[in-house]
Amino acid sequence: MATGIKDRVAIIGMGCCRFGERWDAGAENLMVEAFEEALQDAKIEKNQIDAAWFSTCMPEIHLGQSALPCSITLRLPNIPVTRVENYCASGTEAFRGATYAVAAGASDIALAIGVEKLKDTGYGGLPNPGSNAGSQRWLWSPAMTAPGSFAQLAPAYANKHGVDPKDLKRAMAHVSAKSHANGAKNPKAHLRRAVSEDTIMAAPLIAAPLGLFDCCGVSDGSACAIVTTVEKAKEMGYKDFVSVKALQLSLSNGTEVGHDSWDFDHFITTEIAAKRAYAEAGVKNPRDEISMMEVHDCFSITELVTYEDLQISPRGGAIKDVMDGFYDADGGLPCQIDGGLKCFGHPIGASGLRMLYEMYLQLHGRAEDRQLSDPKLGLTHNLGGMPFMNVASIAIIGKHGV
Amino acid sequence: MVGITAYGAYIPQQRLERMAIFQSMGWFAPAIIQFAQGEKATCNWDEDAFTMAVAASRDCVTGLDKGQIDAVYLGSTTLPFADRQNAGMVVAAMNFKPEVVASDYTGSLKAGTGALLAALDAVRAGDKRSVLVTASDRREAKSAYLYEMWFGDGAASLVVGSDNVIAEFKGSYSVSRDFIDHYRGADHKYDYTWEERWIRDQGYGQIIPEVINGLLAKTGLKIEDISKVVFPCLFKAEMRNIGKRMGFVEKVSDNLHEVCGETGAAHPLVMFINELQDSKPGDKIIVASFGQGSDALLFEVTDAIADLPPRKGTRGALANRKPVNNYQKYLKFRDLLETEMGIRAEAPTQTALTVLYRDNKMLMGLVGGKCTKCGTPQFPKSPICVNPDCNAFHSQEDHEFADSTGYIKAFTGDLLSVSVSPPNCYGMVQFEGGGRIMADFTDCEVGELSVGQPVVMTMRKRYEDRDRGFHGYFWKAIPQTAQG
Repeated sequence: MATGIKDRVAIIGMGCCRFGERWDAGAENLMVEAFEEALQDAKIEKNQIDAAWFSTCMPEIHLGQSALPCSITLRLPNIPVTRVENYCASGTEAFRGATYAVAAGASDIALAIGVEKLKDTGYGGLPNPGSNAGSQRWLWSPAMTAPGSFAQLAPAYANKHGVDPKDLKRAMAHVSAKSHANGAKNPKAHLRRAVSEDTIMAAPLIAAPLGLFDCCGVSDGSACAIVTTVEKAKEMGYKDFVSVKALQLSLSNGTEVGHDSWDFDHFITTEIAAKRAYAEAGVKNPRDEISMMEVHDCFSITELVTYEDLQISPRGGAIKDVMDGFYDADGGLPCQIDGGLKCFGHPIGASGLRMLYEMYLQLHGRAEDRQLSDPKLGLTHNLGGMPFMNVASIAIIGKHGV
Repeated sequence: MVGITAYGAYIPQQRLERMAIFQSMGWFAPAIIQFAQGEKATCNWDEDAFTMAVAASRDCVTGLDKGQIDAVYLGSTTLPFADRQNAGMVVAAMNFKPEVVASDYTGSLKAGTGALLAALDAVRAGDKRSVLVTASDRREAKSAYLYEMWFGDGAASLVVGSDNVIAEFKGSYSVSRDFIDHYRGADHKYDYTWEERWIRDQGYGQIIPEVINGLLAKTGLKIEDISKVVFPCLFKAEMRNIGKRMGFVEKVSDNLHEVCGETGAAHPLVMFINELQDSKPGDKIIVASFGQGSDALLFEVTDAIADLPPRKGTRGALANRKPVNNYQKYLKFRDLLETEMGIRAEAPTQTALTVLYRDNKMLMGLVGGKCTKCGTPQFPKSPICVNPDCNAFHSQEDHEFADSTGYIKAFTGDLLSVSVSPPNCYGMVQFEGGGRIMADFTDCEVGELSVGQPVVMTMRKRYEDRDRGFHGYFWKAIPQTAQG
């Protein structure tokens, strides 16, 4: 049995640029904005970093392949830099690489940085890859968009649980309204406007039954983390730092899309990754023990279903919890307290790190208007791909020694 | 005995009300009202001569052992490829054995009867056992033209053989005359046509009587011996005039103008099947084409027609109709109206021909796998079984899904996805008996979709690579409504 990552690695600095339609900035500028903040936060010199992991998902529309855009932009001193990509889990993958490297003793101080510059395509939504989606896939797979692939969860979920689609749509609207309310308080969010449930319900459809406000934005952004071992953090004089409690990943094996056993109503991978993460972090009852979380709310229905996959809400019980306000800022387990993908948009390579950044700020009591009262453990979750084949990642971080 | 052993047909579901054309364009071309009766069959945006040929062929081989087919002849003037064996694409889509002759017959509206004659020759010579003959056309006419009123889309399919013959071949008579009522230059989209009065008088009025008389003389029959005379003709009045002059006016087969329109090279066979479906043993039916001459063929219906397994044929295909009156939508579906498609539509569209060949059974024939260890059907066929309780290596045999029925597990109507028919509807299809696929849906409206709704699979166009002149096809699901 693997011993796990719990309490072995400390996060000593984090940074996050302002997300949005950053017409003013290229991917390089966004990275530097996040990186400078993290260096100042960690109070270290750039050259103390001895390894880096760099995440982008769609580099063909901004920086291009390899980790060179990272090492060159940040002028890193000829250290090993690795580019990682695993759909929407890319940012968490970069964090995982850096964390494991310091835990393994391969690095003293490692950087994880993610960036995506999505707003240089000339049109809304994620890029349409056409035949670049894969030479065989192009020849038969429907021309699915992200909202279209996730939208299908809604009718399948409603069918599975015998839910009136109108009730589901209302709960989805509440999911988005809650995030908009949170994002309005965040100066780094892209969308900073509270939106009512009724407005959300009445918005134009994007992919039935998802309307405009059921979808997260498309934004530019970058976020990063600097990590070292707990021992080294203590040596360096950090006090009350944040440490990693769990890092888990689960990938589909083709069962969902190819075998009759799955009903398109939930994420097999998230459920498995969550169980492993709770075991790794020593969490027995996540509904009580997790203080706050940032889940992958690419679409409102994704977030709603994820509550159940994370074993916070019981199966079929997410609608009730949502409507009870359980995930609201003043609820039992605040979710997307920074506004989520809903308000930050989803610069893919950066998102996992952006989520960790909010958990980190909250644990340090630095979340200003959004600050929760004495959070202990924060969970982040990414879901890359499509409901029927995906990459789920989960990270749990918390105050060290508390 | 040699003759027809099976028939099938396909008429696209969408029927444009001809008055919709007049209402949009009558201000410009008032004369088109003369032919604005009824409705015309028109392809969905993802249908063409090839996809209709596959649909008609599938209807035709209902209940047949596909392994018996040893040739596929495809007649059309609007095949998607000038040089790629279109009949061979039908072979692949039908998942016939590759050891067949596949030939395209084209260049004239006689292409359908020409293919049929070639098939009859081959079977009579004893060289072939069963030949699938399919004719299909999707012709374009410019907006507000008489030919836009006349043309319809459709396909018909016959099997020619010597066992279980339902209509015995009794003889044929052909003439070839370089009579150019219309022509379409290579690389031209539209026909160029001469004056209708000349086509009527010197075309139909001369050539149809010539071949019918020739056929009667050759077979030693009189017109009184004939039950039905099938020939396409744009002018209903001239059909009656020819019938009157030759003494068979009550036996003239309906040209289906009000319910379908003229389906090009397919039309003689579409009309013939329409008559076969209403025939009785002993009926003698003449089928003649019209296109720079004519081929006339005589068939006598046999007792075996009663034993033919049920299929749609022309009548069933005509009954599956969805009236439409949106002329602009019709123009858009036929790519006759240039709309802004947005930057999103500029994505690359190249086809990897290596992949298309390597996975040809999967991509053209919807052939997946079935695990010989655990029995799980799956799509695509893969080196390791998808069943999580099995995962056997190299255990799968071919498994056809095209004729499987299924139902919708999940769906959406996507307005972001690039489509000429938004919202782009797709979802997960669960096949009865096992296996599933993420599939495009077609011939449906998003508001009619529901989880659990039954679907059938159909071969349709997925994309057109305009830079390279390639057409990409795959199978889509047609959600079944109570009406459909």
